[in-house]
Amino acid sequence: MDMNEIKEIFFQECEEQLAELESGLLRLNDGDTDPETVNAVFRAVHSIKGGAGAFGLDDLVSFAHVFETTLDCVRSNKLEASPDLLKVMLRSADVLADLTAASRDGGKVETSRTSGLVAELEAYAKGQPRPAAGAPVAANPDPAASTPAPADDNGFEPVPFSFDGFDDDEAVGEGRSVFTVRFKPRSDLYAKGNEAVLLIRDLAKIGELQVHCQVDQLPSIDLLDPEGAYFSWLIRVETDKDEEAIRQAFEFAEWDAEIEITAGADDEAFADPDASAADQPMAPVPFDLNLLDDLPVVSDEAAASEPAMAEAALAPANLPLAAKAIAAEVEKKEATVAAVSAAPQTIRVDLDRVDRLINLVGELVINQAMLAQSVVENESGSSSAINLGLEELQQLTREIQDSVMAIRAQPVKPVFQRMGRIVREIADMTNKQVRLVTEGENTEVDKTVIDKIAEPLTHMIRNAVDHGLETPEKRTAAGKNAEGVLRLSAKHRSGRIVIEIADDGAGIDRDRVRFKAIENGLITPDSNLSDEEIDNLIFHPGFSTADKISDISGRGVGMDVVKRSIQALGGRISITSRPGKGSVFTMSLPLTLAVLDGMVVTVANQTLVVPLTAIVETLQPEKKDIHSFGPSQRLIAIRETFCPLVDVGNILNFRSDLADPVAGVALLVESEGGGQRALMVDAIQGQRQVVIKSLEANYTNVPGIAAATILGDGRVALILDVDAVVIASRGQPLSSEMALAATG
Amino acid sequence: MKKKVLTVDDSRTIRNMLLVTLNNAGFDTIQAEDGVEGLEVLEECNPDVIVTDINMPRLDGFGFIEGVRQNERYRAIPILVLTTESDAEKKNRAREAGATGWIVKPFDPSKLIAAIERVTA
Repeated sequence: MDMNEIKEIFFQECEEQLAELESGLLRLNDGDTDPETVNAVFRAVHSIKGGAGAFGLDDLVSFAHVFETTLDCVRSNKLEASPDLLKVMLRSADVLADLTAASRDGGKVETSRTSGLVAELEAYAKGQPRPAAGAPVAANPDPAASTPAPADDNGFEPVPFSFDGFDDDEAVGEGRSVFTVRFKPRSDLYAKGNEAVLLIRDLAKIGELQVHCQVDQLPSIDLLDPEGAYFSWLIRVETDKDEEAIRQAFEFAEWDAEIEITAGADDEAFADPDASAADQPMAPVPFDLNLLDDLPVVSDEAAASEPAMAEAALAPANLPLAAKAIAAEVEKKEATVAAVSAAPQTIRVDLDRVDRLINLVGELVINQAMLAQSVVENESGSSSAINLGLEELQQLTREIQDSVMAIRAQPVKPVFQRMGRIVREIADMTNKQVRLVTEGENTEVDKTVIDKIAEPLTHMIRNAVDHGLETPEKRTAAGKNAEGVLRLSAKHRSGRIVIEIADDGAGIDRDRVRFKAIENGLITPDSNLSDEEIDNLIFHPGFSTADKISDISGRGVGMDVVKRSIQALGGRISITSRPGKGSVFTMSLPLTLAVLDGMVVTVANQTLVVPLTAIVETLQPEKKDIHSFGPSQRLIAIRETFCPLVDVGNILNFRSDLADPVAGVALLVESEGGGQRALMVDAIQGQRQVVIKSLEANYTNVPGIAAATILGDGRVALILDVDAVVIASRGQPLSSEMALAATG
Repeated sequence: MKKKVLTVDDSRTIRNMLLVTLNNAGFDTIQAEDGVEGLEVLEECNPDVIVTDINMPRLDGFGFIEGVRQNERYRAIPILVLTTESDAEKKNRAREAGATGWIVKPFDPSKLIAAIERVTA
């Protein structure tokens, strides 16, 4: 593992911490007062700061530091988590996410965004009122400058050590000075795991030492407290460093020892450090430092602490009690944690491995189908044992397939959480008050689907806030709460995931939609449309009711593109709206993009698979229903409407002439823009679930073809890209941009 | 014989950094993710020195240090606190709990090794 890999891990961890941070803040916003929630939020920011510091990501560190400081005030109850403060914190969480992303992808976050929040956060931390909205931001635009880097105010620096000072010269060298250190540890020093001799050894790194141990305080053995501290040391230090460096060498001991540092040599003390010491058998002797380095610890103190251990093992009855007390406390804390969240046990697996497994299981399913088919063909199926075995095999493969797919299933929560931020941003930009309520965020769906719904969902959320909800003034005037509610929910329904975006806004202004549609030539002034049909006009390509293109929705993406991208996933989208009450967008998506329910059809002797989700109905055309229209266009009459007939074999260049519609089957499909088309195929072979194999790994994107699969008999079948075929049928050539590959 | 270090930290990033740094410096490294796990692992691994974070879920660094210091067998083990905490109050709490020394993040491999050498024989 190298630093780059660790950095990778750091950014992954940041993602998790950011999610944790946001959900924690949202819980606080909802009135959660559990101190553990505040702690979790604090830890998230703290952890990001810690990692960022290690990688020298200074922008991230300084912002996280300010954020953390304010959170710490909340954690220690010095500051109340007011709704206003939480708003600032949620925005700070967004900026923190941006800074993280910028650090990862090498972007830059506008200093104006950070400096404003830094000022607000700092104001809260200092207990001052927040600067009024729109008030000039703190004079200092650079957050790094206004925030002391964490390393600066901690008061301790790494111990500078240098080997330059090691000099054999007996005389004090140039630029070197002599200090005398008296070091008298208290018993606490040993109780905390420090060792005098090790500290002295460390001091030797900054210069040359002469060490005298003073043992005159040592009592006779019967009076000796095995955990007592009886020795002191007198040390002559010759170094090119200053007194501060010496003090730092004793940094860990400063609380638990008397340390006296004086400049200059105390030759008298060394000659006769203690009047009585001369009588001691252990008179001060020069200490050979090399011995210190080589020998294990054999100081008198260490000897003294040996019996200490023995005694500890024998005597103090209060220790086990204390241990019990702490164990109880631990248990208590564990219980609290369990109540907060029973975190499931997880392991991290590389996505590639799961994909490989899914691919293999796909092969297994195909293999099993092939085996079953050949057994039937050889008529050995009469043996009940083989049949039974085959049946069991089929069940097992299906179970394995389901279980493997479940590995890749993920809750939609991360995507939903991102929406919270989108809502805040747009609410700020449009001066609307919006509360986002999410439901069913633990609903699981295949990872491939999750990756692809974020974008359409983002756009729909933007749209709902920008167009759906009214301004606070309008809402109040209409007798509604000034704060609009946006409800985002997910649930499973008959093997699909259904996501709803509901707003309590004004609903669709049908007169305006109708007017716009007429203006754009989508409908004629005398068209007689139902309310539902008018509502669905907003999915029509190029339709936009915004009088002026706003910053938010006017990014060149209309609802038609949203609909297209959802359809490309095998999904559907619809809208229901009630004037004055709001609109609900409902999208339903397959749970996975790895398998697909398809209709197997024959076209010009080729076997194709048409995604079942695209098919509205199938019908057998009769001659009287087919009408020619122009040189090559044909229409089919279905229940009093005319629907263009699309010859799939011709479009895909399987054949140059047009097939006889009466000899084949028409698949009525719904395509982009809501219009229906009848796809002509020669015959329907059946329906089955197929495993999607991407073509793009081996070929480039093939126009009109979404992917491929292998059928039970071992044949390869292509999966039709319905939208691309429909577009091509309008006379536009099939191009790779048109083809929306369903796999990714 | 290799010296054995027990590290206790909830951040995957920091755990990996500690692991790489300590292994490169020739230490045997055992890792725990929070104070509770640290106390559990302690019984099995008998380390020469412990490096612990302060802010952790379940049992924080203060609680963990107190737990070690009240353990008859392991109470004399040097414990270094690895934390970004910069204010004196937290440093003092760590000392009161029985920390031997501390290393301030941002994580710096040479600082870490120097501190470990300062407290281990």
